[in-house]
Amino acid sequence: MKVIMTDMEGTNHELLATEEWTVMEIIREGGIPILAQCGGSCACATCHVYVDPAWKAKLPEPNEEEVGMLDGAFDVTQDSRLACQIIFTKDLDGLVVKLAAGSV
Amino acid sequence: MTETNTQTPIQTDAVIIGAGPCGLFAVFELGLNDVKCHLVDILDKPGGQCAELYPEKPIYDIPAVPVCTGTELTERLMEQIKPFNPTFHFGQMAESLSKLPDGRWKLTTDQGTIIEAKVVVVAAGGGSFMPKRPPIKGIEEYEGKSVFYAVRKKEQFRDKNIVIAGGGDSALDWALNLQPIAKRVTLVHRRDDFRAAPDSVGKMRAMVAEGKMDLKIGNFTSVIGEGGVATAITLVDDAKNSTEHPCDTILAFYGLTMKLGPVATFGINLHENLIPVNVENFETSEPTVFAIGDINAYPGKMKLILSGFHEAALMAKKAFTYIHPDRRYRFQYTTSSSDLQGKLGVDGKDAA
Repeated sequence: MKVIMTDMEGTNHELLATEEWTVMEIIREGGIPILAQCGGSCACATCHVYVDPAWKAKLPEPNEEEVGMLDGAFDVTQDSRLACQIIFTKDLDGLVVKLAAGSV
Repeated sequence: MTETNTQTPIQTDAVIIGAGPCGLFAVFELGLNDVKCHLVDILDKPGGQCAELYPEKPIYDIPAVPVCTGTELTERLMEQIKPFNPTFHFGQMAESLSKLPDGRWKLTTDQGTIIEAKVVVVAAGGGSFMPKRPPIKGIEEYEGKSVFYAVRKKEQFRDKNIVIAGGGDSALDWALNLQPIAKRVTLVHRRDDFRAAPDSVGKMRAMVAEGKMDLKIGNFTSVIGEGGVATAITLVDDAKNSTEHPCDTILAFYGLTMKLGPVATFGINLHENLIPVNVENFETSEPTVFAIGDINAYPGKMKLILSGFHEAALMAKKAFTYIHPDRRYRFQYTTSSSDLQGKLGVDGKDAA
């Protein structure tokens, strides 16, 4: 299973994805630089990604804590999520995300 | 425990950069080894990431503490190190480190505090907490002239046409605080919902309703101006519509982020922004300079608080030999050593 991530330079990376891992962990363990300063506890907004609109419906809605933490990110859009709060499942095989400025 | 802010060099055994959990526990281990400590931290409180990033979040992997919050862990460490009476220099960034002719170190902070010590312990975690800077192209040229991330002197903002960006307590507090002296305050936030204290949000809404303050919803995406002097900002809404808002001053409050900062210029070897150390005593490429906790790197390193505690104990054993070269190192347990118990101010008879 995989996640496709576009970095700040626009390069696509196909990353090995493991069920129950967060997308932040999949990016980090895939060797792609991502700040993720708080280590995945939804406390810093430095793993901000844009989820491809085609995939948005497959993701559970962000909770209030995540929406609040996104206030600390920049250029937040309706596609914005914190990668540490997206848990990878089989249904998300092929998920496409783009890293946001401020997360590298 | 005391706080000082002085220009006269302070003399001590060890100076610890960073008052997070590892820096605090280092005081304990060094204290048992008769090493006196001063600590420098850019935050205005102890605890590091535990205090700044997750004060209310639970931690489950501290040995023998099934659960505690970041704040509780900090409070307990502060209680544990109380017998050693360390001196804290809060709100200061360790800015430079140089060697004195006698081989000791001179650490200078950005507030001018000078600490001279035989041993330096870098326990700086992910680096210094600094305000997040919006990733806006060319914003640097406006910083310090039109764009600010903190308010040092309130008067500087009198009669200014200010845009305040953000939705947390800093943004709301400064919007309310500067409104009476500013020409105009416009609060800018990505959504019409605020994380700040409900009381501040209520006050802000009332001012907006009375026409004393403006509130604009959208993402702050660019600064317009010339030569560092801003004339407007651009806001982009959810529908990607872009609008300009005239202003001469921008205050951006997006929280803090960790940056390695001046530690990179200390002359210690670095690898990918981490400090390589040996695993026997966590000394760096510079003898008498140690690095413990998240900032160090060695084969197998795990960035866990408990790893930092272990590193502190081994570091302290080596530091003892530098501070007390005339004494023989004695390995002791706090359970049975009346010497250690004396240092801790306990009698060791009753654990109840």
